[in-house]
Amino acid sequence: MQSSASLQLVQDFTFKVYERPIARSILAVFFAFAVFGIFIAIIGRDPVEIYTKMFNGTLGSKVGLSEVGVRMIPFVLAALAASIPARVGLINVGGEGQLYIGAWASTGVAIYSDIPTIWLMLPAMAIAGFIGGAIWAGLAIALRHFRNVNEVITTLLSNYVAILFVNVFVFGAWKNPAGFGYPYTSNFEVQAVLPTIFDTRLHMGLVLPVVGIIATYMFLSRTRWGANMRAVGGNPDAARRRGIPVLRYIIIAMLIGGGLAGLAGMSEVSGIQHHLRPGISNNLGFMGFLASWMANHNPIAIIGTCFLIAIIVVGGDVLQFSGNLPSAAMLILIGLVLFSVLGFRKLERKTE
Amino acid sequence: MYNRIQQIPVFKQSHRIWIGAFLLLAIMVLAACSSQESTIVPAEATIAPDISSSSDSRPTTVTATSPTEAELKGGSTEIFLQGFEDAIANSNFRSTSEFAAAAKPLDAGEKLKVGFIFVGSQKDLGYNQAAAEGSQYLEKAFSDIEVLRSENIPETADVQAVEEQMIRDGAKIIFATSYGYSGPTKEIIEKHPDVMFLHMGDVESYENYSSFFGNIWQLEYAAGQVAGETSETGKLGFIAAFPIPQTLLNVNAFHLGAQSVNPDIETTFVLTSSWCDPAKQATAVQAMIDAGVDVLTQHQDCTKTIVEAAERAGIYVSGFHQDASPAAPNAWLTGAAWNWGPVYAEIVASIRQGTYKSSVMFQGLDAGWVQLSPFGSFIPDGVKQRALETVEQLRSGSFQPFTGPITDQDGNIQIADGVVPTDAELQGTGYLLQGITGRTN
Repeated sequence: MQSSASLQLVQDFTFKVYERPIARSILAVFFAFAVFGIFIAIIGRDPVEIYTKMFNGTLGSKVGLSEVGVRMIPFVLAALAASIPARVGLINVGGEGQLYIGAWASTGVAIYSDIPTIWLMLPAMAIAGFIGGAIWAGLAIALRHFRNVNEVITTLLSNYVAILFVNVFVFGAWKNPAGFGYPYTSNFEVQAVLPTIFDTRLHMGLVLPVVGIIATYMFLSRTRWGANMRAVGGNPDAARRRGIPVLRYIIIAMLIGGGLAGLAGMSEVSGIQHHLRPGISNNLGFMGFLASWMANHNPIAIIGTCFLIAIIVVGGDVLQFSGNLPSAAMLILIGLVLFSVLGFRKLERKTE
Repeated sequence: MYNRIQQIPVFKQSHRIWIGAFLLLAIMVLAACSSQESTIVPAEATIAPDISSSSDSRPTTVTATSPTEAELKGGSTEIFLQGFEDAIANSNFRSTSEFAAAAKPLDAGEKLKVGFIFVGSQKDLGYNQAAAEGSQYLEKAFSDIEVLRSENIPETADVQAVEEQMIRDGAKIIFATSYGYSGPTKEIIEKHPDVMFLHMGDVESYENYSSFFGNIWQLEYAAGQVAGETSETGKLGFIAAFPIPQTLLNVNAFHLGAQSVNPDIETTFVLTSSWCDPAKQATAVQAMIDAGVDVLTQHQDCTKTIVEAAERAGIYVSGFHQDASPAAPNAWLTGAAWNWGPVYAEIVASIRQGTYKSSVMFQGLDAGWVQLSPFGSFIPDGVKQRALETVEQLRSGSFQPFTGPITDQDGNIQIADGVVPTDAELQGTGYLLQGITGRTN
């Protein structure tokens, strides 16, 4: 009798915790890390030691923490690029390509304009990056509107077109003549480089995702337009009958999304690489897409998912040399986290 | 839209769990396999198990100083082994025990951490594997050194992240082994004055940033000579990644070597713009074969695709970076290879002694930094003999193939008649020789 009552208590408590989305997500992440720990143990390593080293290389040190921040900047922007169109029911898989075009456009400004001061140069580059990404996303919307082509297909495939488009320039007209044939543009002048902070690789591009998250959150949850966007995403026909200009919302959401991905490209070339080259984005656009879906497109939750992915990516780098794990281990852990976060969400649907 | 997708009833809820479990299991098995592979010592992966027929087992100075190199020499002729012994005897390197004695005392149990960063896989049968084997030699030579390794790090600012993390982990010496690491690395050296950065192939040095590279072109010349004597069509192919000075020097030396035995030889030079892109390599090989090329060589990091493609196509291949002869028993002529282990040990030892001076250093055969790979079994003795004589002349310095006049593609004299260029001048090569088809930008 006594035991069954306490069991009931435990069950109630578990159920209550499980009701909360945040608790559930944390549970899912712990589950994924536990499974990865088992896998580490299977190959004969000590999971505690590996996780300790991972912690030291990410959250437990200044270098690690700054590296997590460095990775989060493009992740958050690319995640917002997927989440804002998702509000109106669009799936933007094109973050990667929009990022490249943004990087390309801002590089064009950095190299070929004679803007003398950093205060004008960086905003000009940011605007160019935003417009570049927005135009690239706009192509997908134009195809959707005029030719009824699904935006999932166009944004996904335009990623590859964007990368090749950028390659035309870095292998051709923009190639640094003093670069021994490496497909790089020449290095940016000082006024086109985002200053670093705290004596680390973290740079002032940090402002972009912070502003982006706050603005997106306020816009989506505190304004009429945000509510209308949700209505468009929920049921476009109903929204149209209520007099909401559906097409306008769809276009604006997609352009803003593409523009934010373009900003991610700008912050990467200006803050990290200091020149344009192929491979500037190590799947940043796709990682952002992943983060957005894990966060259910919620801008606040995106901070959490991007933070988590950044920790895993940076930790994966560290574990390669300190834990002697292969670089693919990081991808496995990301896969596990994604599976379990989405898996735990499925159970929620069932309980409803 | 996304609601619609999620409502498609593909699997029942209860089935999902089993499918998920199966996927997890599959991932774990795959991961376990791949990580086990990475723990295999790369040195053992390349050693041919079956080519030890002609080598003898007498104890030599070679085995005493560098066991891996002696093993790698397994397939070579006795003459070759003798030459290698001489190289070691004549080199400036001290024996392993002397290195250990020279080491600065550390606290009990404390280890000096040395970082190695590779642009590709440590098992690429090429440049990165040669460097990784060198890092293992370093670990064997000093019992109190711990080597930190990171592979597949692109030549972007990403390398800074790895370097910062290695320094956080306590690394005091960092080997940035790829050419393209020079720019990003030089951006952070000022921040870490107590860390020694060693770059392989740059032409600049700073207080805590030093650069070194081997004169592997010497062996490209000898290999070119073998290629020139073997080729029936008189057309050679050189597949490179980027037209950086060391690559141009290699193709020039290879061509010059072939030209010394066949004045009408033609060399085709193509670029893939990637240190390791097997798909592009395969395309380049096919284009070469279509153009009538019958001896291929390369300056790529990973060599397997090209070596195997040559074997399949029935043409010849001259190796680079590593002995890959087991992969192509019917196609392998010879090749130029590295001997990084003693080089790393030498540098680390002098850093610990406090005698190391930051510099730009190029060393070749005379210091034992580079070596000729074993000959293919079908190479006639006369060809072997002549190649080894050339190697000997290059080692002793009695012969400098780039002695002027040297004429480039456009007919301009690059090295004037009778002038003997210095190592530094050669490492700044910016042109292709007459008889080479290709471009330098």
